[in-house]
Amino acid sequence: MLDFLILLLIGYCVGSFAEKRHFKSIKQRERQTLHFPMMNYGAKHPIPHANESALIVGSVVVSADYFKMFASSLRNLVGGRVVAYESVMDRGRREAILRMKEQAIAWGGSQIVNVRLETSSIGKHASGGKGLFAVEVIAYGTVLR
Amino acid sequence: MAKVRGASVTHGITITTLEGVPGQEVVEHYGLVQGSTIRAKHVGKDIMAGLKNLVGGELKGYTELLQEARQEAVSRMTEQASLLGANAVLNVRFSTSSVAQGAAELYAYGTAVKVKALQ
Repeated sequence: MLDFLILLLIGYCVGSFAEKRHFKSIKQRERQTLHFPMMNYGAKHPIPHANESALIVGSVVVSADYFKMFASSLRNLVGGRVVAYESVMDRGRREAILRMKEQAIAWGGSQIVNVRLETSSIGKHASGGKGLFAVEVIAYGTVLR
Repeated sequence: MAKVRGASVTHGITITTLEGVPGQEVVEHYGLVQGSTIRAKHVGKDIMAGLKNLVGGELKGYTELLQEARQEAVSRMTEQASLLGANAVLNVRFSTSSVAQGAAELYAYGTAVKVKALQ
């Protein structure tokens, strides 16, 4: 019982500290890359003019901490919004998009078109078991220059 | 984070998620090409990820593993395309699925075409 409480406490303290720091870095990098145009249309439009194009992929695997997993298992009893996991998904998605954008900027691109986002659960949750909640988010598109 | 991660072997093939290549026109279609790979996590990484899971956040080991696997899927796809004589793969899509406990399938597919520069 005691070790469970200690794990819960570590999960909560370190987890929420890391999450705050991550969100801060995401917000800062989002501001830095705000000027870079990125859209999710392009496939059904006339093909834009550019000299070069390439596939670009940003990916990240994020997981929830011990406390969040406990909170969600409690939430399972009554149902409703699982706020604890919403922030994990949000972090993952924004991080994946940012990585894609940063790579596009490093490549010297002018814009990204036809962006697609894909999410898949890779933890033990995926096969119906308990434990390890991990989600892979990938963002991919075509970068033009 | 801004570093460009090891690009996959694309056999000199242009890959886009569009239905064409900007500045070029499609002259020939070769049909669907695909590449897939199934990867299992190795035990060391799994244990590390288990520990990391206590505090949450990014699991770097898995991110790298899946990135490598995806690059392999893309390079298998482009290999197929180059065998057909294509020089571009259009409308590429990815998908990931967990096929078994601890193993994931990474899949990439697209249409192989030959393009040439517009006059």
